[in-house]
Amino acid sequence: MIELLIIGILEQGFIYGIMAMGVYITYTILDFPDLSVDGTFPLGIAVCFVLIRNSVNPWFALLIAFAAGCVAGAFTGIFNVKLKIRNLLCGILTMTALYSINYGIVGKASDFLLNNSVTIFSQTEFLFKGHAAFYSKLAVIIVIALIAKFALDWYMRTKSGFLLRSVGDNESLVITLAQNPGTIKIIGLSIANGLVALSGAVYCQYSRAFNVGSGTGTVVMGLAAVIIGVTVFKKIKFMRITTGVIFGMIVYKACISIALAAGLRSQDTNLMITILFIATLVINEFFLKKKKSGVRLHD
Amino acid sequence: MIELSSIYKTFNHGTIDEKVLFNNFNLKINDDEFVAVIGSNGSGKTTLLNIISGSTDVDGGKILLGGREINKMKDYKRAFKIGRVFQDPALGTCPSMTIWENLSIADNKGKRFGLSFGLNRARKDFYRTQLEFLGMGLEDRLNTPAGTLSGGQRQALAMIMATLVRPDLLLLDEHTAALDPKAADIVMELTDKLVNEKKITSLMVTHNLRYAVEYGTRTIMMHDGDIIMDVSGAERTDIGIDNYLKVFNEISLEKGN
Repeated sequence: MIELLIIGILEQGFIYGIMAMGVYITYTILDFPDLSVDGTFPLGIAVCFVLIRNSVNPWFALLIAFAAGCVAGAFTGIFNVKLKIRNLLCGILTMTALYSINYGIVGKASDFLLNNSVTIFSQTEFLFKGHAAFYSKLAVIIVIALIAKFALDWYMRTKSGFLLRSVGDNESLVITLAQNPGTIKIIGLSIANGLVALSGAVYCQYSRAFNVGSGTGTVVMGLAAVIIGVTVFKKIKFMRITTGVIFGMIVYKACISIALAAGLRSQDTNLMITILFIATLVINEFFLKKKKSGVRLHD
Repeated sequence: MIELSSIYKTFNHGTIDEKVLFNNFNLKINDDEFVAVIGSNGSGKTTLLNIISGSTDVDGGKILLGGREINKMKDYKRAFKIGRVFQDPALGTCPSMTIWENLSIADNKGKRFGLSFGLNRARKDFYRTQLEFLGMGLEDRLNTPAGTLSGGQRQALAMIMATLVRPDLLLLDEHTAALDPKAADIVMELTDKLVNEKKITSLMVTHNLRYAVEYGTRTIMMHDGDIIMDVSGAERTDIGIDNYLKVFNEISLEKGN
């Protein structure tokens, strides 16, 4: 029982951890409060859902979902950079539009995959025999999360990644380097939402379901993980922040699971998340008043 | 060579705060000149730099850089030819990135920022020697984030970064004003060395009269959007710092500051 609970926490932690890395790009690196995430997560689910239903290779479906997220993120960036709409509103606009789009992609508000649908999990099941079968999904999820993590780590060390890091830090420097900060912002939002949609796509194959409202609260969840990851795990020198963010999500999921197991009604979780979130922010401010935390959520 | 001809610039057009700053302003800086600009507050020194860099638009007139009109060019495109160091040391470096990473991105200016490895390993030793000159011990701290450096150290780093890829024109916007006197002297020495070594045409706005006279090849004094003094060559040093100060005090008194 405990083992299954822990497996469940880890599975969800790693799936949503991919999403949290996207949130980390927008909030911490770009300093852009991006709410599109609440729409791009279900976008990933919707795109993947339809592709799987049409018997597309489930791995390929992940890639397409990632690309769809990139496009949606680019729109948020274009709203902000080209149309000069305030950053917070840009995310809200994308999120709102995606609600209709996601509905349109699947054709109804909620649906399930057929039992015989081929997913990344059904394809790899045969590799795990006996007791290991319990871990088959987790193993696949960890592999995907690690690929996403190492790809992001690698990107952050490229020249293009350097620019992304500087644009949130110091836009004037980017201008003096003869680079267009707007373009870099669009690229950053694109990658971030690509990761979020990828996370949604994995979740789609994991839960085998689509629900148009499943994106609500994604941003808050991602932020909570980023804050836990950056503040708690930052102290461990050799660990990259992306690893910390994934661990942050696992910690977060563990807290929720424990609360639910302790009798919290599932309809109350969002309220509890908000209270916890505010508490984390206040504690974070309190302990790190003097130090620069790296997470800027308010001035 | 940079040439500004018949520049017009009015702030807060049509409001009660309307301020005509430049009314037919002209300035020509030849190649290899190192011009120091002094002047009272509100004389238009910083606006002059902003107009050249493209952070501020002009109402009329022409800005020519190397014979090419750049009026319509966006600030980041002008930056291909123009380097800039700001008054605020925080603006010249990227705080979350290390010294080495900062130098690497600056070194890549004008080239593609693609998916190749960001850190410039090949030039590590060269960066070391550049930093050694400062005598600040930065050469042994290449992996330290720039945000943890002092103002003087950051400004020195910003100065090196701005000239790593030689710009056709270097704009220095009171770049020593926010530093303590010792750090200011180091940054000024560094500026002089880099500008002379690389023969960079430079325009330096400063509040320090001594710097304006001792460094560079030409001194300009501005007041209310006009050039009221423009000296170079032997005349420049012959005048003596006291006389600069006298003129400067006169214009400052007139403005009441």
